Amino acid sequence: MSAWRLWAVARKEWIQLRRDTRSLALAFALPALLILLFGYAISLDVRHIPLAVLDHSHTPDSRRLVEALVAPRYFTVTTTLTREGELDDALRTGRVRLALVIPPSFARDLAAGRGAPVQLLLDASDANTATIAQNYADAIVARYSLAVGGRAVVLPVDLRTRVWYNETLESRNMVVPGLIAVIMSIIAAMLTALTIAREWERGTMEQLAATPVHRVEVVLGKLVPYIGIGFVDVTIAVVTGRVVFHVPVRGDLLLLAALTLLFLLAALGWGVFLSAALKSQLLATQAALITTYLPALLLSGFIFSISAMPLPLRVITHIVPARYFVTITKGIFLKAVGLETLWPEVLALAAFSAGGLGLALRSFRKELG
Amino acid sequence: MSPSVGRVREMVSKELRQLLRDFRMRGLIFVAPLIQLMVFGYAVNTDVPNTETFVVDHDHTAVSRELIDAFQRTGYFEVVGRSERPADLARALDRSEAIVGIEIPPGFARRLAAGGPADVQILLDGSSSNTATVAQGYATRIVQRFALEHLPAGVSPPAGVDLRVRPWYNPTLESRVYNVPAVMGLLLLLMSLVLTALSIVREREDGTLEQLLVSPLTPTEFLLGKTLPAALVALVDLVTISVLSIVWFHIPLRGSVLALLAAAILFILAAIALGLLISTISHTQQEAFMTMFLLLLPSIILSGFFYPISSMPRVFQIITLVNPTRHFLEIVRAVFLKGAGFVPLWNHYVWLAVIAAATMALAIARFARTTARGE
Repeated sequence: MSAWRLWAVARKEWIQLRRDTRSLALAFALPALLILLFGYAISLDVRHIPLAVLDHSHTPDSRRLVEALVAPRYFTVTTTLTREGELDDALRTGRVRLALVIPPSFARDLAAGRGAPVQLLLDASDANTATIAQNYADAIVARYSLAVGGRAVVLPVDLRTRVWYNETLESRNMVVPGLIAVIMSIIAAMLTALTIAREWERGTMEQLAATPVHRVEVVLGKLVPYIGIGFVDVTIAVVTGRVVFHVPVRGDLLLLAALTLLFLLAALGWGVFLSAALKSQLLATQAALITTYLPALLLSGFIFSISAMPLPLRVITHIVPARYFVTITKGIFLKAVGLETLWPEVLALAAFSAGGLGLALRSFRKELG
Repeated sequence: MSPSVGRVREMVSKELRQLLRDFRMRGLIFVAPLIQLMVFGYAVNTDVPNTETFVVDHDHTAVSRELIDAFQRTGYFEVVGRSERPADLARALDRSEAIVGIEIPPGFARRLAAGGPADVQILLDGSSSNTATVAQGYATRIVQRFALEHLPAGVSPPAGVDLRVRPWYNPTLESRVYNVPAVMGLLLLLMSLVLTALSIVREREDGTLEQLLVSPLTPTEFLLGKTLPAALVALVDLVTISVLSIVWFHIPLRGSVLALLAAAILFILAAIALGLLISTISHTQQEAFMTMFLLLLPSIILSGFFYPISSMPRVFQIITLVNPTRHFLEIVRAVFLKGAGFVPLWNHYVWLAVIAAATMALAIARFARTTARGE
């Protein structure tokens, strides 16, 4: 193996890539776009849920209940109804997510201390928002109950909640580190599957094989530019996350860089293997989408918690490299942990990158002899 | 000249033969959507049952055990470890082995018996902010209920307000019934977009586009011949996915099939028009792919698929209006779960129709121009 020949292959790949403006646009614009979208547009935080109020009671007590409900800003009253018949329409069209119905006898029941019934209708089709809304409403109403009726009751248990690593529970802080794994998966799989599958489709790979370049040099040389792109993207993600969105970066960035390299090797190796095995841009991209991007988005624990998945899927997550990488990025960004804690994930990633490179080399040997 | 039915039929059957010849292509068209439906159906789950919980109980009394039991009984918390030392709890959270920690200090039962206040500490791993938010809500309710059951002697629990929660449309509060119908939108978009754009760009790349255009086929016939197969495949996928959602995932289809079909046809039209538009700005398949990918992700993120549109900033809420996927998802979810029909959803149908018509007009105009220039 000669470093010089390897470098020549890398340069050739880079020149080719540079001419390909749309691929480059994807490589650099997509990460920026994703970070901005996830950072600005998207919030998993449930705030300002649109609420309809149907108050038959019209008393200071009922108004105080509504005030208590909207005070913490989880709910916003967007519609005031006057008849029961309007409830169905408001919820069905999706104008409001929940509706509070206060019966005429509310103030009387409350004063009599016999438990004033109040109805909360939830549009439960979106179960996640509904669950969170229900929990908020329950807690607020329970607190309201303790304070009304003239004699305040003090609960004998004092719950102290402390949130670690992301004290304000902002979803942005969780999403940005996880997003790095998703972006790396997309870039690695898409670019390699496309640009390398194109060489197979056009037969220029055979031309390369006819030169004195060894296949190890071909494979590694082709990976170099993509590794470079990957690092630029990680830098974009870290800097935007830190500067624009104030996501804390508490751990060791050098460790993050080293582990990013491991993850990139695994993902790129897999992309090279797919393109050599399928030899068609259409199939290679689709296969890359299904085997890397989807798992990175859905099965990595990036947003959706792995413990809530059924057992077969939980087992599958163990062969998703992004799962380990998401734990690593969250760990380094938010928990400030290092190798002493992350070593099992690092070992897994190392195995994946060895496997990815091995597959890539093997597929070249089989195809080019 | 009006398009000839015979020539269009010939072209459609040639396209379908070409598409379905390759077994890998057949797999891509019919098997891949099923795999995606399965993965989405099971993975996209925002319920948080069995959240890993680590317990540090310094009190060791029947009362402290009762509190921990109260947590476990709900099914939302699963104790994965116990220890005497708070350091073990910190390590479990650091290692992501647990997301929730419960710490009960010594003297808990004694203070409770004396009328309180008795402290309980809950630690949450905020790096999984969604799970932590939901878990926090459950923990608050569990502890509140526990406290009301352990009021000091002589103090009666306040009657106060009796909140009766009634979850409509999805009484068991399962997130799957919300997500599975939405996967349909995603897969239809992907399929119509990819098949249309690529089949045209491939002809252009191979140089066979010119050959087809000098044949007696008119541009309209050519476009129909290219888009109808994609629409057919998308419709077959629609039926397969709907049947699977209903039979396998038990998603209730409460509304009318007609309302669903009408929306699907409008949506497929919009997606095909978009594919056509991409084909007019791409010279190679690779370029077409890259463009599609740049479009696909934002249109999923801004569709309300994962994230409620109501919690996006105002500007983004307005942007989502021109996203056909957003309107299709609203319709699919409402038809499936709420049994809604055309009337309450009319604005989404109108949006879909307008977007489809506008994109189609733009795509056809561009297509005529690029082929006239011989690009």
